Amino acid sequence: MTLTTATNTTLTTGIPNPSTTPSSGQLGRRITRFLRKLPLRTVIAVLLIIETYPLVWLLLSSFKTQNEFLTKPSWALPSQLNFANYTDAWVDGNLGTYVRNSLLATLPSLALIIILGVAAGFALEVLVWRGRSQILLLFLVGIMVPAQMILLPLFTVYFQIGLAGTLWPLIITYTAIGLPLAVFMMATYFRAVPREVFEAATLDGASVLRAFWSIGFPMVRNAVFTVALVQFFFIWNDLLIALTFTTNQSLRTIQVGLLSFTGEFGQTAYGPLFAGICINVFGTLILYLFLNQRIMKGLTAGSVKG
Amino acid sequence: MQNILGDRKAIVILLGPALLVYTLVMLVPVLWSLGLTFFEGNALFGFQPAGFDNFVQLFSDPRVLDAIWFTIRYAVIITVGQIVLGYGLSLLYVFALRRASGIVRTLVFFPVVLPTVAVALMFQQLFAVAPQNGIVNEFLNFFGVASVDWFGSAGTAFLVIVIMDIWRSMGFYAVLLYAGLVDIPEEVLESARLDGARGWRLVSNIVLPLSLPVLLSAVIFSINGTLKVFDSILALTNGGPGTSTTPLTLYMFQTSFSYGEYGYGSTIALVLTILCLGVTLFIFRSARRDNTLG
Repeated sequence: MTLTTATNTTLTTGIPNPSTTPSSGQLGRRITRFLRKLPLRTVIAVLLIIETYPLVWLLLSSFKTQNEFLTKPSWALPSQLNFANYTDAWVDGNLGTYVRNSLLATLPSLALIIILGVAAGFALEVLVWRGRSQILLLFLVGIMVPAQMILLPLFTVYFQIGLAGTLWPLIITYTAIGLPLAVFMMATYFRAVPREVFEAATLDGASVLRAFWSIGFPMVRNAVFTVALVQFFFIWNDLLIALTFTTNQSLRTIQVGLLSFTGEFGQTAYGPLFAGICINVFGTLILYLFLNQRIMKGLTAGSVKG
Repeated sequence: MQNILGDRKAIVILLGPALLVYTLVMLVPVLWSLGLTFFEGNALFGFQPAGFDNFVQLFSDPRVLDAIWFTIRYAVIITVGQIVLGYGLSLLYVFALRRASGIVRTLVFFPVVLPTVAVALMFQQLFAVAPQNGIVNEFLNFFGVASVDWFGSAGTAFLVIVIMDIWRSMGFYAVLLYAGLVDIPEEVLESARLDGARGWRLVSNIVLPLSLPVLLSAVIFSINGTLKVFDSILALTNGGPGTSTTPLTLYMFQTSFSYGEYGYGSTIALVLTILCLGVTLFIFRSARRDNTLG
């Protein structure tokens, strides 16, 4: 529906519209122009309302009291700006602990993915050796394989070597699952750097490691940041891995913790639930506010992951 | 010079750690998981060899068929929805909004980065019937339609899943396909317009054929992602009502961790993997054949 209205309104602008031709004068022309653009504007307005209104509603609802949730209609505005739900969610709901766990699992994984992935991308794309395309292909296979295929052996191993009560299983697993995409993306970015740059560096006497560290890495710094952003969203938003490997409550990440929010307070406490969802949503919103162009570019470049 | 860029020690230092982690944590577990399909038991109580029992069970388990059927239905419907709406949006960006499309693109893309769990919990509330009608039921009531218990029956629960996942991801596919449309040279469009192709005819005769390659890769990405759906369904319906919205991923998870049957869980994971690789290869091959014909 979107498609036909949109194309009709714009692509037919050259064809005179019989219903609008007879009008004369400045005002008439302005009205016809307004009317001609009306369908397009309606489509855009509806689209933006559908995409953003739920979030506005979410934010407004997070200020409501339990009584308002149970007795007032869901579209009603909150009676006051009440932050008690947020403190309830953060302190009593342990959301503070969950956010800390998420950070403790996400940041080390990100660092490892970047260090290992950029180096491997360099070795696979810039360096010349037999078998490098086969190794790159081997990494690519890892993007396709569903995580379910590695969960059970990993769980067994983590359990047996006594890592089960820590955040290490998350860090290790996130690193391994993130690596294929990072290697693949970094190899693509290194392909765009002219080979002569590295050849010149080695001619000038730089070792390969030096050429990587002092020339290669700085040249793809922007790409590294993009890869890090993409991986951040995959890891931060992950539920499957976190749900599998967080065996006790004090290790829950924000996603696992939020999932258990409905049960934690006995009868569902809607206020803290909405506040918790808000904290989760508006955390990423702030990141998106500042970096949206880069995030859009990065995520679409990483779309092989599906 | 080539010798230096082929320095073996440097290759080992740069590639070694990544390859080691990848091998130990991805490749070995994949093979191990294949081996697990011939065992029963779990990490806590040990494993016993089970021969082909898991495969026998697989072919007689009606829930596996249900889960495969659900997974495929979900993947096809979401992929079609994502691509059609995403393509529609990208056409809107390129031909209707033109340079003004930046802000719309950014806003419509936004839900993509939101945590799936948060979105699912939000949709639970949007489509709620108790204790108060959610926004959707209020909207229906406004037009005189009675409230619907969205999560009470398989059909409506599936509908909510579809609406949610398309809401979440159409902005992503819009931007992905937008990049493909922008690459179409302006001269091609201009000469088509001079030849009198406008509106729908311009899109179907010129734009659509030219964006087929990017559409194809979008379909592959989408199928690959949707076959692995887990987070959004677990958080939204947890497979219910009953087991009516349980995809393979969730069934595998329940078998392994609720019932402690790792061997059977691995067998289901294997089915999922074969499904993912098979579908991707199939789409790829059939697209290749089309290209050679046309």
